[in-house]
Amino acid sequence: MAKIKLAKSKVEKLVEICKSFDNKGSELINVLHKAQETFGYLPAEVQETIARELNVSVAHVYGVVTFYSFFSMVPKGEFPISICMGTACYVRGAEKVLEEFKRQLNVPVGETTEDGKFSISCLRCVGACGLAPVVTVGERVYGRVSAGDVADIIKEYQK
Amino acid sequence: MEKMIKLIIDKKQVEVPQGTTILEAAKGIGIDIPTLCYMNLGDMGIEHNPGGCRICVVEVEGRRNLAPSCNTKCGDGMVINTHNIRVLNARKTVMELMLSDHPFDCLVCAKSGNCDLQSMAQQLGVRELHYKGEQSTYKVDYSPSIIRDMDKCIMCRRCETMCNEVQTVGALSAVNRGFQSVVAPAFEMDLEKSVCTYCGQCVAVCPTGALTEKDHTNQLIRDLADAKKTVVVQTAPAVRAALGEEFGMEPGTLVTGKMVAALRQLGFDSVFDTDFAADLTIMEEGTELLDRLKKHLDGDKNVKLPILTSCCPAWVNFFEHHFPDMKEIPSTARSPQQMFGPIAKNYLAKEMGIKREDMIVVSIMPCLAKKYECQRDEFKVDGDPDVNYSITTRELANLIKQANMDFKTLPDEEFDNPMGESTGAGVIFGTTGGVIEAAARTAYEVYTGKTLEKVDFEALRGMEGIRSATVDFDGLPLNIGIAHGLGNARKLLEDIRDGKSHYHAIEIMACPGGCIGGGGQPLHHGDSSILKKRAAALYREDAGKAIRKSHENPYIIKLYEEFLGKPCGELSHKLLHTHYFDKSNDIEIE
Ligand code: SF4
Ligand code: SF4
Ligand code: SF4
Ligand code: FES
Ligand code: FES
Repeated sequence: MAKIKLAKSKVEKLVEICKSFDNKGSELINVLHKAQETFGYLPAEVQETIARELNVSVAHVYGVVTFYSFFSMVPKGEFPISICMGTACYVRGAEKVLEEFKRQLNVPVGETTEDGKFSISCLRCVGACGLAPVVTVGERVYGRVSAGDVADIIKEYQK
Repeated sequence: MEKMIKLIIDKKQVEVPQGTTILEAAKGIGIDIPTLCYMNLGDMGIEHNPGGCRICVVEVEGRRNLAPSCNTKCGDGMVINTHNIRVLNARKTVMELMLSDHPFDCLVCAKSGNCDLQSMAQQLGVRELHYKGEQSTYKVDYSPSIIRDMDKCIMCRRCETMCNEVQTVGALSAVNRGFQSVVAPAFEMDLEKSVCTYCGQCVAVCPTGALTEKDHTNQLIRDLADAKKTVVVQTAPAVRAALGEEFGMEPGTLVTGKMVAALRQLGFDSVFDTDFAADLTIMEEGTELLDRLKKHLDGDKNVKLPILTSCCPAWVNFFEHHFPDMKEIPSTARSPQQMFGPIAKNYLAKEMGIKREDMIVVSIMPCLAKKYECQRDEFKVDGDPDVNYSITTRELANLIKQANMDFKTLPDEEFDNPMGESTGAGVIFGTTGGVIEAAARTAYEVYTGKTLEKVDFEALRGMEGIRSATVDFDGLPLNIGIAHGLGNARKLLEDIRDGKSHYHAIEIMACPGGCIGGGGQPLHHGDSSILKKRAAALYREDAGKAIRKSHENPYIIKLYEEFLGKPCGELSHKLLHTHYFDKSNDIEIE
């Protein structure tokens, strides 16, 4: 019997989240959102627990987690960087900005730099289309970001 | 009443019930639209039409885009063209795009000659590729039974339907997106670490070389060439009912004698029959059933009923992963393959005057799970497996072709003895319902002390996924359940868990149809009439046997007298029984 380790309080919390969606398999995406909100990311143990509570296969849960870029399996960095990929931001060059962050930090979307400082994720429209393309670092919002601004943004947090 | 609608396909008037797809409507008037991802397993009630590949597109006049015919419903008054130039070009382009991300391994691919992608490219007349795509490179996953090479995956997702809907195992899912997407187990772990049961049903429906069996033929060729080794072979019942198909013979042709001749020509020292071991299984499993039944009738609260059969290793894997809380109810009798092994290596080897380590036991199986079963630690003695390895019906066919034999004209030969003699009961093990019918024949006579007049238990036969019948044991009504396909097995198991089951004994086979529909059999491409013909062939062989009850097999009687003692005795327990493990993932709370 393989064991999966998870703290009791976390299991309880997950059970509660699943229950709030009536343990319905069809609510998987919503459950995952809630779980990520609570724990910051979705490690294997959390996915296993959710699969069990919703009575769906772990492979299916993992399939959903990897399909949507806003789910992450690794803990966020100390300074989580999010790039909006909503239509307005996308049209105004969010992709170039994203590529630049990936290049400079040398990590793909959904992962965290080795020193644990930065992680990159993509978001759907954050509702600041007027400022497109939008990047957030933690709570802070940067508007009209271009690939040229990326180095400066990173530098701010690198002290 | 069903509403009928009229439409025109390729200038022909058609009338079909509302809800019919264009593909089906066309088929009805003899138009065979090519498909790739689509799969229709009629009798299992599974229609897989994700509309993903778009090979099946047709032109619907008045619509801007071509429509995938496999999941577009007919509309009243539609005018459809299935093969004008626009359609043909579109199909070709779709195929070329698919091939642009496909390794050009055809010449050395295990699926070559049997690959739907290859034959579709041929049918569509693809002669050059206009697109140069990035080639995906995903690690190849080697498990004891199955090899996954996702670079050859075309994302038809048929395997997912088999694994998740038919088998309800849930080992596979599409993961990632876009160019990165593949079908994989959870966390992209190797199949071996996943909940996969190795039933091989995904392999049986994969249209490409993305999922194939682990091939043991090279090892076999090496062992056959080694003069120091005595190589003996056992052949499972389902093989003889399907092998002929690989040589263009009608499904349901029995090729027992030709198969024996071919194996002898290949160089096996002795050609034996797994059916002999099936008779042995009945002795052990039947005795265990009667023992538990008697205790139960005497009011012993410790015995659990129903007893479940245990001769299908994929089924064993399934309950070890999914129902470990119930691992005490299946019979402890090993599968026939694993009964044959220890008898060959402990009894036969002595008779033949050879050492255990000089004997190689090979099995020919319709099954991929048997490959894994061979290498389970419980079935080894000091690292030496009781059965060295197992090859599938398909691998045997390839080997016969490699050895340039003209299979159809081979003479009919007989199995060697002692382990080649079997009864009709052993033969029907290969089809759903056969194991429990074989057990009933023996258990009846042992329990009642009377001769069974009619050995054919028609009520236990058939192809429905779950069947139940009551057999009269001289006044004792014995309730028997049968399930084939793990999804059906799951239903019966959940009933047991909930205390709703009224059965005394249940037979379970992982593959739809039983072993005749095994993951190692010639591909039936979803045509379930082939399964019925294979089953009929086994019942024919049974009916033609002089002896049809396992306990009357003279060599079985001799084996107990000379070697084993009595069924479920001490030696039997050591050699012919096993135990099960809890393989579930448990969440440990810290
Ligand atoms: S072998 Fe059976 S259980 Fe394993 S992945 Fe294939 S269909 Fe699923
Ligand atoms: S592995 Fe085979 S069956 Fe599964 S999606 Fe890929 S091509 Fe289709
Ligand atoms: S039903 Fe037969 S072929 Fe299929 S997994 Fe079980 S033993 Fe193997
Ligand atoms: S699209 Fe980026 S804020 Fe709306
Ligand atoms: S066969 Fe219709 S879309 Fe694949």
